[in-house]
Amino acid sequence: MTRYNSLADSVGHTPLVGLPSLSPSPTVRLWAKLEDRNPTGSIKDRAALNMIRVAEASGRLKPGSTILEPTSGNTGIALAMAAKLAGYRLICVMPENTSVERRQILAMWGAEIVSSAAAGGSNEAVRVAKELAAEHPDWVMLYQYGNPANAEAHYLTTGPEILEDLPEVTHVVAGLGTTGTLMGIGRFFDDKKPGVKIIAAEPRYGELVYGLRNLDEGFVPELYDPQYVTSRFSVGSRDAVRRVRELLEREGIFAGLSSGAIVHAALAQAARAEKAGEAADIVLIICDGGWKYLSTGAYTTDLDATEDFLDTQVWA
Amino acid sequence: MTVEVRIPTILRTFTGGEKAVQGAGATLAQVIDDVESRHPGLKSRLVESDNLRRFVNVYVNDEDVRFSGGLEAPTADGDIVVVLPAVAGGAR
Repeated sequence: MTRYNSLADSVGHTPLVGLPSLSPSPTVRLWAKLEDRNPTGSIKDRAALNMIRVAEASGRLKPGSTILEPTSGNTGIALAMAAKLAGYRLICVMPENTSVERRQILAMWGAEIVSSAAAGGSNEAVRVAKELAAEHPDWVMLYQYGNPANAEAHYLTTGPEILEDLPEVTHVVAGLGTTGTLMGIGRFFDDKKPGVKIIAAEPRYGELVYGLRNLDEGFVPELYDPQYVTSRFSVGSRDAVRRVRELLEREGIFAGLSSGAIVHAALAQAARAEKAGEAADIVLIICDGGWKYLSTGAYTTDLDATEDFLDTQVWA
Repeated sequence: MTVEVRIPTILRTFTGGEKAVQGAGATLAQVIDDVESRHPGLKSRLVESDNLRRFVNVYVNDEDVRFSGGLEAPTADGDIVVVLPAVAGGAR
């Protein structure tokens, strides 16, 4: 059934496509779950719509409410669409060093943007949002970093869709940001098919983003529980850009930069399985398409210049 | 056996401003002890009661050591150890 009552209802049920050219052999296969096929073009539609659904059901969100959210883009965009349709006001706190397209799209759906300082990246956006929430107790902060409805969206939809489409799945590789995707998928497989390896690909930013604040002021999302992760890889901008270009060149898929980091980690798992002589069916998540990152030069500029630019940005 | 240890900006006061220092050892713990012998004070910023501090992430060849043995994670000649503060993630 591909008929839905509204755009928001069409979230999920994304295609899982084989990557015949990047897969190392017929027994070690890579599969891409195309989350750019969601209503606003990213995996974040799942989390955003579920957080809104749960907040409406509990009475926290009511007609006329103002939603506040720290986001580096996609969650804000998903919330902006839903808020527009439901008549909520949306305020997004975003690091100032994120791509211009994300701001343009947010504005298009009527979201208001509060910029947080470049240094400190998303940590700083979270801090500013928490401050604003304390000043405005009537605003509703859905808070994707700590809202169980974020991870629940993936427990209820992303995980089951993968298992249904590929019962032989051995690995799932996803990005690590709020940790919602990995926590939801990880819990789902822990319940339904324990032994599936859950691999986290975390973007490694430039020094500016890590900031100069004391190490004791670091940030670990409240949702994060390492017991649901098998291993975790840090991927720099150069490798992420190399992989989005390879994905485009060899499989025809035009993906965003965080997906490049995920492809990089997935290929490492594939190489490991191939070397060990083990069969593997590795699912990797394509979080969004490349459209919002064209202005970064990631697809067109030479690799060194792209890397230098991205090292000042929150690129994933 | 030499391992390169990359130091985050915030900890370079212990390395005379150096972005990377050399260390030796067959495990991360040995490498940290070796580096500490030349850059005293660094270890206590990374390690607390025989564990990595909560907001410190350490990667050996890009893999988070919390999933590969922690301080006992093996290290080998030519490995790259990256130390980073924990941050909130990306386009999410």
